[in-house]
Amino acid sequence: MSEEVRFRLQQVSCFYGGTRALHEVTMDIPARGVTAFIGPSGCGKSTLLRSLNRMNDVVPGFALTGRVLLDGQDIYSSRADPVALRRRVGMVFQRSNPFPSSIFDNVAYGPRLHERLSPAQLALRVEEALRAAALWDEVKDRLNLQASMLSGGQQQRLCIARALAVRPEALLFDEPASALDPLSTARVEELVLELGRSLTVVIVTHNLQQATRVADRTAFFLLGRLVEYGPTVELFTTPKDSQTEAYVSGRFG
Amino acid sequence: MMHTPWLKEGVAARWLAAAALLISLAMVVGLVAVVSAVAGKAFWPRPLVQLHLADGRVLLGEVWTREADPNHPGHERWRLKTGNRDLEGQDFVWVPKAAVVAREVPSAAWLVERREYGNFYGFAGELRSPEGIVRGTDERFSDAVARAIRRGRELVEEERHVLDRLAALHAPVVKYEARAKGAKNERRRQRALAALERARQHEEENAAPLLARLAEVRHQAEEVTLVMNAAGGQVMTVPAAGVVRAVPINALGLGARVELYLSRWWEFLSAEPREANTEGGIFPALFGTALLVFLMTFAVVPLGVITAVYLNEYASGGVFTRAVRLALANLAGVPSIVFGAFGLAFFVYGVGGTIDRLLFADSLPTPTFGTGGILWASLTLALLTVPVVVVATEEGLQSVPDATRDGARALGATRWQTLRHVVLPYAAPGVLTGTILAVARAAGEVAPLMLTGVVKLAPALPLDGTPPYLHLERKFMHLGFHIYDVGFQSPNVEAAKPMVYATTLVLLALVVVLNVVAVALRARLRRRLSRSAV
Ligand SMILES: Nc1ncnc2c1ncn2[C@@H]1O[C@H](COP(=O)(O)OP(=O)(O)O)[C@@H](O)[C@H]1O
Ligand SMILES: [Mg+2]
Repeated sequence: MSEEVRFRLQQVSCFYGGTRALHEVTMDIPARGVTAFIGPSGCGKSTLLRSLNRMNDVVPGFALTGRVLLDGQDIYSSRADPVALRRRVGMVFQRSNPFPSSIFDNVAYGPRLHERLSPAQLALRVEEALRAAALWDEVKDRLNLQASMLSGGQQQRLCIARALAVRPEALLFDEPASALDPLSTARVEELVLELGRSLTVVIVTHNLQQATRVADRTAFFLLGRLVEYGPTVELFTTPKDSQTEAYVSGRFG
Repeated sequence: MMHTPWLKEGVAARWLAAAALLISLAMVVGLVAVVSAVAGKAFWPRPLVQLHLADGRVLLGEVWTREADPNHPGHERWRLKTGNRDLEGQDFVWVPKAAVVAREVPSAAWLVERREYGNFYGFAGELRSPEGIVRGTDERFSDAVARAIRRGRELVEEERHVLDRLAALHAPVVKYEARAKGAKNERRRQRALAALERARQHEEENAAPLLARLAEVRHQAEEVTLVMNAAGGQVMTVPAAGVVRAVPINALGLGARVELYLSRWWEFLSAEPREANTEGGIFPALFGTALLVFLMTFAVVPLGVITAVYLNEYASGGVFTRAVRLALANLAGVPSIVFGAFGLAFFVYGVGGTIDRLLFADSLPTPTFGTGGILWASLTLALLTVPVVVVATEEGLQSVPDATRDGARALGATRWQTLRHVVLPYAAPGVLTGTILAVARAAGEVAPLMLTGVVKLAPALPLDGTPPYLHLERKFMHLGFHIYDVGFQSPNVEAAKPMVYATTLVLLALVVVLNVVAVALRARLRRRLSRSAV
């Protein structure tokens, strides 16, 4: 394969306390395009996604074996800095979680944390992020409004803008549209597609149609194992594994 | 078969709950109502009644109570406040109703509130001043008296001001005297003596004009005197500077009465106490209480928040954490006087004594911090209230959604940054809840203060214009203690009763105000947080 690889997972297993949530997952996630994780609830999609920027570190009893390489560097090595990692690999969650502050301050939070920008530069960065998240036109006149006053779909796009404002290389989405109405879902999907052109995008989704609409590649998980991984069209039309076929044809899950 | 659907469907329980709620509400409302009613009329001008008795005596005063005479069943007796303590030796007399021959409300009667000996009730005599004499029959008398009282007040204020300046001049002399006496070696002693000499010289040079002014002020204050006649015929003479107010009280219209009422409340809230706290105001106690609670809050909030953050965010939930939690839970049940004893032993004698040995060795054996003071009292109260702050803050911290913490961490915030920027602001309503509970508890707490620095009469406020402005070592007055002192320790309990209720009302109002402020603050924070990051 000539494609540039962003994440290389080598026999990754995850444990919560003693119980194994992921079983020796090995896969490459390319630097461009959208990769989707699908599978029934509890199969370990979120666990794997959160291992990509070490969000699980604070979960008591969490342990990971195997290697996760980001651009060839092991992010779980003792020298790796999880805080710096999360600057490079952002995350958007299932339920929007804006901070209890203004729209502007929400987006500016990351840059203020990591960079010393002048007020003008900061304003530019916020605008850039809000435009990239397709929210700018809706909020440009009320940046000082409390983030909580926005609609659910707007809040989710605000969270995307907030993640983009630190200029990450990769963005992880964990069921970003599962709490949204169809219209807002469509806008978020458009955004995911768009962002996939310039970033590494990994999206966990419950919704098979969504995977077919946004993902270039799809990985199917079952009971903590990676069952099948390949181009989305192939996985949905000519699955190699009978379990995959059963799942994508809606016969279980 | 018996049918008791109303029992099954919880109707009885609902009625019981409603009744219990009503009773508790009624108790609260009743308490506030009783205190407000008694305190509300405490300062309302009462008419002066003149009684002619069968034995020929004539009494003038306010009728305070009417009750059945225990000595003569079937008869009534009145408690008459006759004032004129200097003439009669007492403020109150009992009058059997049967002994009253005639009774009137003379419009010529005057009430004179004095700085010493309390109220005088009587009739106009004359006003003497270097400019001449204004007789009581003169129509200019009222105005002249009012003017003389105003002038007298100015003179009293000036006297205090001059005395303050003299005290400030003398302070270095005292300081260097103590330093010379306590000096550890000869060289230091010489240095202190030299400084003492300079301070003495400075005082001598500057004191003379002040002393002259003081003599002048005092002379002027004594020049103008008010002469009044008691109902029994005795003559009372008082310098105008010794009069708080003098009014022909029975002749006042409603407007003037309301004005008098309000001016008495204002005096009560803003003035210093007089006559062993039974008269005058409660300002030092009000101020002391507010400052005490403020300092306590200042200490307890950081202490409680840090403890809660440690327990909730950093501690691993082992034996130690459980021990701390257990200790906090038990601390909340310890009687407050025990905290007072602890504060006395630990803060006053322990910490305060050490500070004195290290920093104020010169003035020993007179203690500076090694005796009760507002700092130690507020720290003792902070210990007393820290459990509520910890518990409420922990609840606040636990209410912060993991999603919100994740949001910050996913942007590359460190644990500390997440805590500072996201978790703590989110937990702020919880912190405020804890603060409200702590303030409510602390504002009414008296027992521990009695061991750690409250006094019935403090010579100076703990916050004033002399550097370092905030005098944390000073003793202070407190509303709760003031109520106890005035109500039960004063030589003139009956006369002080209105003061007790009025002080209670003020304490109640202070607690309510503090709570309302905190609750409003919390509501604002909650509104801001309510819809984000569910
Ligand atoms: N914080 C946690 N502590 C313990 N077990 C967890 C935790 N998070 C997830 N798990 C377990 O790990 C497995 C995978 O969960 P998850 O990755 O959330 O699945 P998915 O996102 O595919 O629904 C599940 O069995 C779940 O119960
Ligand atoms: Mg999940």
